[in-house]
Amino acid sequence: MLSIKDLHVSVAGKPIVNGIDLEIKAGEVHAIMGPNGSGKSTLAHVLAGRSGYEVTRGTVTYMGKDLLALSPDERAHEGVFLAFQYPVEIPGVNNIYMLKAGLNAIRRHHGEEELDAVDFLSLVREKMKIVDMDESLMSRSVNEGFSGGEKKRNEIFQMAVLEPRLAVLDETDSGLDIDALKIVAGGVNKLRNKDRAIILVTHYQRLLDYIVPDKVHVLAHGRIQRTGDKSLALELEKHGYGWIESKAGAA
Amino acid sequence: MTTVAGSSEFYLAQFSAAEGHLPGHDTPWAAAWRRNALNRFRELGFPGHRDEDWKYTSVKALEKQPFDSVLEPSSHLALTDIERLIPAGVECIRIVFVNGHFSRALSDTAAMPAGADVSSLATKLRDEPAAVQSLLENSPTVFRNGFGALNAAFMTDGVFIRLAPRTVLKRPIWLLFISGDQDRAITSQCRNVIVADTDSQATIVEHYSTTGGKATFTNSVTSITVNDNARVTHIKLQQENTTGFHFSEIDVTQNRDSFYHSHSVALGAALARTDIRVTLQAEGAECRLDGLYMGDGRQHVDHHTRVDHVKPHGKSTEYYKGVLNGNARGVFNGKVVVHEQAQKTDSSQTNRNLLLSRNAEIDTKPELEIYADDVKCAHGATIGQLDDDAIFYLRSRGVDEALARNLLTFAFVDDVIRRIEIAPLRKQLEQTILNRLPAGTSLRGLV
Ligand SMILES: Nc1ncnc2c1ncn2[C@@H]1O[C@H](COP(=O)(O)OP(=O)(O)OP(=O)(O)O)[C@@H](O)[C@H]1O
Ligand SMILES: [Mg+2]
Repeated sequence: MLSIKDLHVSVAGKPIVNGIDLEIKAGEVHAIMGPNGSGKSTLAHVLAGRSGYEVTRGTVTYMGKDLLALSPDERAHEGVFLAFQYPVEIPGVNNIYMLKAGLNAIRRHHGEEELDAVDFLSLVREKMKIVDMDESLMSRSVNEGFSGGEKKRNEIFQMAVLEPRLAVLDETDSGLDIDALKIVAGGVNKLRNKDRAIILVTHYQRLLDYIVPDKVHVLAHGRIQRTGDKSLALELEKHGYGWIESKAGAA
Repeated sequence: MTTVAGSSEFYLAQFSAAEGHLPGHDTPWAAAWRRNALNRFRELGFPGHRDEDWKYTSVKALEKQPFDSVLEPSSHLALTDIERLIPAGVECIRIVFVNGHFSRALSDTAAMPAGADVSSLATKLRDEPAAVQSLLENSPTVFRNGFGALNAAFMTDGVFIRLAPRTVLKRPIWLLFISGDQDRAITSQCRNVIVADTDSQATIVEHYSTTGGKATFTNSVTSITVNDNARVTHIKLQQENTTGFHFSEIDVTQNRDSFYHSHSVALGAALARTDIRVTLQAEGAECRLDGLYMGDGRQHVDHHTRVDHVKPHGKSTEYYKGVLNGNARGVFNGKVVVHEQAQKTDSSQTNRNLLLSRNAEIDTKPELEIYADDVKCAHGATIGQLDDDAIFYLRSRGVDEALARNLLTFAFVDDVIRRIEIAPLRKQLEQTILNRLPAGTSLRGLV
């Protein structure tokens, strides 16, 4: 589904991603771990199409298309979703309105009929259950005044409504207490299916106890230094990133 | 020396022919008041760039063409023209002025409660001049600048409202000022005099609109006195079309524990200037000034506000927002003066501006002068573009860029509109604003 080849990215003239290769098939869950500043969010933003990131080399192919040629909204229409590490507060723009506009744009793109207000609301009610979302949050402005945990839940709730093919979850577990983590992880598991690929960016092995990944990649200095299965995350937990870095240095 | 077509000389030359047609001409004090005003206008002329208060707003374009005064009422409008201007569902007392003259046929004052003395100022000057003498003679608006003086000299009509003590108006009084002529450029000069006596309450809408045709020059003055414990909400809507030159002065005097809430919504005209001056002259008075201005194309929109805290325990809260697109230019100047005796004053002022294009411009200047020592005052102004992070977030959810921009612009604006308490008006303004946004129709179902 997603094929990243030799990806190099600079931000403000500074190389941040220095040659990433990654293949993800439909139905797979890949975890990406790595120290602060290693380029995880940069990769996530490049996949979602944020401006300010210059791809200096390499390709990203998504469902046979050149992903990098699409605008952020076109990517969303094609089924790419980013759960933000820091969800943006947008005062005055209603959560429900944004989601309805987004979902209907996606539906139009696929030649499907738009949902009317009634159908949309019943869809929303059903999806809220997935992350145990408080209904009162829905009528508020996008993320405005939400607690850290509510923001992260809202991201997964939006994912549930928009039903992406490729979801990139950037540290969705950070800032969650253990109960919220279980709920959010449970939500992600419910959204796991054979047609959907998920990239989980995380610092914490504990998330992977709940969402068991098919693969774990360790990113440092803008490159994938190691790839393995779940046990790689356990090893990281034991030895810390220094262990990878020294290996990378030795290689 | 050649005189410019619409310069002050033009109006000075017209006065002797106009004088005999103007209301109050056969009442000696009124005639003297007008002549006095004319002399003041002769001294001042139209403001120029050397005038600090007009540094960013040039009236040269106004002076380039002559605007005729309409001396006799002649309404060419039908009721249906009026009704579409007032939002459906608003139950109001409607008082309509066409080209500076009260139109009985277009007005609807059936719901006027006892305790409200409401009439056209021209009628009042004819039938009961003593009721307005001191209000006119003591109004400082005649002397501050050329526009106020010109208005006093040429004023053809306006509204007179006096609410007796404890009178509470359930319905708003909707003052609709419509200007326009197919064949000639005209000026409408109305003067409104409003007094809310002790414990009275009212909402007054001052709504300016044009019918199209040749250029128009609106020059209006509204004086409001809010007496002890009275509450007045005042909504000024300026929706003239872009052949309009609009100048308006609002002068408010507040007495003890009174409350005045002003909304100024400026969406229209080629050149628009609104001056709002509030004097909190007794203890415990409070005013709120909310405002929204939007400009596009080559529109120029200016607000100057001034709040004088004269006595202790006054409160003023000001919140103005502006959106400028195209080559539009906005000016905001908000001055708060806390006089020596005005201890325990609580004053805040905010002005936020959104520039949607490279060539749009805003000059904003909050000013604070404090002569008392125990006060709480805050002010601030911001100028910015739409937030890129918010645009990206919306787009990442599938919302296209144009819609994302519109949503954010609308949210910025609606924050001010939501402060208006007349729900159908809010809705109509929201719709008007949506229609003005680029590709605004994409915001279906938002209001
Ligand atoms: N706009 C920018 N300008 C300059 N440097 C930037 C910019 N955005 C990111 N960077 C730098 O790029 C590097 C990678 O940042 P990125 O956010 O991708 O890291 P990360 O792996 O997600 O870190 P964390 O675990 O802290 O979230 C950092 O050194 C960061 O400072
Ligand atoms: Mg990050």
